[in-house]
Amino acid sequence: MKLNINGKVHDVDLPTDTPILWTLRDELGMTGTKFGCGKALCGACTVMLDGTPIRSCSTPISFAENKTITTIEAVSEQKVGRAVQQAWLDIAVPQCGYCQSGQIVSATALLRDNPKPSDKDIDTFMSGNICRCGTYTRIREAIKVAAKNLETTHD
Amino acid sequence: MTKPDINLAEQISNISRRDFIRGFALTGLVLAVGMPSALWAEGEQPKFGRDAMPNGWVDNPLVFVSIAEDGTVTIVAHRSEMGQGVRTSLPMVVADEMEADWSRVNVVQAHGDEQKFGNQNTDGSRSMRHFFMPMRNVGAAARMMLETAAAAIWAVPVSEVKAVFHEVHHEATGRVLTYGEVAQAAAKLAVPDRAELVLKNVDAFRYIGKQSNKMIDGANIVEGKAEYGIDVKRDGMVYAVVAHPPAYGDTLISYDDSDTLKVPGVIKTLTLASTPAPAVFNPLGGVVVVATNTWAAIKGREQLKIQWQSGPNAGYVTETFKKEMEKSANSQGGKVLRSVGDVYKTLAETENKLQAQYYIPHLAQAPMEPPVATAHYQNDFCELWASIQNPQAGVDTVAHWLGFKPEQVKVNVTLLGGGFGRKSKPDYMVEAALVSKALGGKPVKLTWTREDDIQHSYFHTVSVEHLEAAFDDNSRASAWLHRTVAPSISSTFDASSMNQMPMEAAMGVVNVPFDVANIQLENPAAAPHTRIGWYRSVSNIPHAFAVQSFIAEMANHVGRDHKEFLIELIGKDRKIEPKTLRDDWNYGESPKDYPLNTGRMRGVIEHVTNKANWGKKMTANSGQGLATHYSFTTYVAAVVEVAIVGDGEVTVPRIDIAVDCGPQVNPERIRSQIEGACVMGVSLALFSEITFTNGVADQNNFDGYEVARMNNGPMEIHVHIMPSTDYDAPLGGVGEPGMPPIAPALCNAIFAATGTRIRSLPVRYQLES
Repeated sequence: MKLNINGKVHDVDLPTDTPILWTLRDELGMTGTKFGCGKALCGACTVMLDGTPIRSCSTPISFAENKTITTIEAVSEQKVGRAVQQAWLDIAVPQCGYCQSGQIVSATALLRDNPKPSDKDIDTFMSGNICRCGTYTRIREAIKVAAKNLETTHD
Repeated sequence: MTKPDINLAEQISNISRRDFIRGFALTGLVLAVGMPSALWAEGEQPKFGRDAMPNGWVDNPLVFVSIAEDGTVTIVAHRSEMGQGVRTSLPMVVADEMEADWSRVNVVQAHGDEQKFGNQNTDGSRSMRHFFMPMRNVGAAARMMLETAAAAIWAVPVSEVKAVFHEVHHEATGRVLTYGEVAQAAAKLAVPDRAELVLKNVDAFRYIGKQSNKMIDGANIVEGKAEYGIDVKRDGMVYAVVAHPPAYGDTLISYDDSDTLKVPGVIKTLTLASTPAPAVFNPLGGVVVVATNTWAAIKGREQLKIQWQSGPNAGYVTETFKKEMEKSANSQGGKVLRSVGDVYKTLAETENKLQAQYYIPHLAQAPMEPPVATAHYQNDFCELWASIQNPQAGVDTVAHWLGFKPEQVKVNVTLLGGGFGRKSKPDYMVEAALVSKALGGKPVKLTWTREDDIQHSYFHTVSVEHLEAAFDDNSRASAWLHRTVAPSISSTFDASSMNQMPMEAAMGVVNVPFDVANIQLENPAAAPHTRIGWYRSVSNIPHAFAVQSFIAEMANHVGRDHKEFLIELIGKDRKIEPKTLRDDWNYGESPKDYPLNTGRMRGVIEHVTNKANWGKKMTANSGQGLATHYSFTTYVAAVVEVAIVGDGEVTVPRIDIAVDCGPQVNPERIRSQIEGACVMGVSLALFSEITFTNGVADQNNFDGYEVARMNNGPMEIHVHIMPSTDYDAPLGGVGEPGMPPIAPALCNAIFAATGTRIRSLPVRYQLES
């Protein structure tokens, strides 16, 4: 079947119940999206499907037919995503960094739909993304910094 | 010099009951847990710190630094990066000393080779403590070689030239050579003797001790380009998962893979033999499913029909074991760890006394990247790529299993998606190597799923801690009794081990500096029923939880302010020789350089209570709690604020934490490590627990095994690092010491908020009505 990933169409020959995660990682060599739990419990595998953040470990590729997948590798192509990545660096959010692909994709989706999130908005939206290193307070701060920077920058 | 009063040698020799385990268990344990070897011969000077680590340390600039003609400086990071920032911080030390421009530094990761690089076991919060000075030497030697080379080119005395920020200057003539221009000549020079090295003055530091948020891997991480163990890909690689025995010690009887082989993508199945206890770093055994991708392997595993033979731990039920441990904790008779005065007499003769018992469950480290290794076996060589904290143990263990010499195994170290102690144990690397061999030398990536990780961890031990105190007429403590009951990490290396090692006892049982006339510290026996391993801050977790909770209970019992009572209990400022507390371990460090300094302990308590506005008026259902703990040669005190909402849900609006780790190299990464420790501390205080039924862990993913998330972790963390600019002073550890005080401070806060005393972790639903 055909998958539209980061603006490029890929032909994949896999059972249609194969999760998007393993298709990206093992089949297409796009390893920025991480495996964390396999049960949609930790958010490490978050990608956008038609702009909506989903857990790719539990979403089969059949769901992605005629839709577009955006992964961490293409987040910087979006203005919001770029601002989020920059804020992540400015605040020095990552520790081991493993969960941060998923955190950044989630944060980008949050800010795109809710440009001025409250603490509660952030906590609710981001609570599906576990960080075992414990970078939560910095993630919260970085989301606010990205929001502020997006507010003051103009295309 | 007489042999010190230390029984580690005995412990370790007991461990090695079988020849093949001898080398392995020995290095395994020593390497992994950061135990000083303590095996010096009679008459030899004892070794401490970096000198006592297996394969010691190397400070040869030719090993660690190379300079390209374009001036790019490449620095080798020989310790594993798992979020603590070591791939940034240690090379930054080299760059600073050699006057390199950090923006022109490239960092490469060393493979596992301790002969070449010195000790690489990234564990025990000691990378900076042990390698700050060697890396300064590396940088200074490189700088001096560059200066010498430039002086020779100009034919001027070396005293007239000076290396400044990636260039060598001859001030008298204004001539300048870039590092790239002198590099080749410099590399041909002899490395200066250690005694001749001139280190920079502290005020000339460019990077050391400065605020910087530039992580070497930061940009790659945020773009998804950073390579972890799970991201490795080799030509012709296949993918594998393992169906491990359900309980530790179970073995395979038979299996039916007919449905497995029908799963598209599954190539074949094969078996790995189980290994008998002690676990060491040996594979658990089981049935391996090999496939063209990880998902097919996982699906194939689901279709296996396996018959297991129950092993010796198939009856392990934590609830029952807890009662056994409580029984042991209730009575005298365990191994005496320290005895001062007469506790039992004092308790018998005193009316005003207190006792309490605390329970801390098993935990799984659960790094976000589960254990993963890729192996490529060839006829006389095996190359591996893995997230591994202890690459040399990986080399040695894989070599043993393949019947190779260590030089026939190469371990490439990737970034680690978290470690927390789990990735010190290379059992998963052995699995990958054996599978690659069984496949006739096909490269294989072997992935542990989250279920594997949580069900088959080297678990943090389970503990019952029993405390009693007596009070004199002035309400001061006159007796302190602590019985600690917990299966020991040493049981992973010697299955018959029933008592805590000196190392575990020295994590907050024996080395309490309390000014109490009668002290009795005991360790009743406890048998292991699973693989016991180390988890960030190790035995400090249960010991600090019990001790620091009990002190708050004591203060409350006699109606005193907790902070004042705690400081009084610690007593006047003094430097205590650890041996006088029966602490023969002291984190492997010299008692001269690292005495237990109660002034520093008081210092962090004063500082954090000041910053947190200790004793401030709190709203209803809110409270502050305090705890302090010394671990990994660092002094920490925390004030946790809780607010109880809804039906007994504990929220953590704020944590203040003061850290005295001596001089600081990368303050920003220290801060981030302490923040992370606060979150992990809240995780284990509020949510996390592994229980066993019939030998099998009841939890298998992040639904059953809960950890802190964005919406239930601490809202604010304020890290207060005690200033220190004396870079000759000994450095303290950072990765782990933030953890131990969090759970007791949090539970002390719950008591302040509600009057309910939590003595069993995790808190979870205990406050619900």
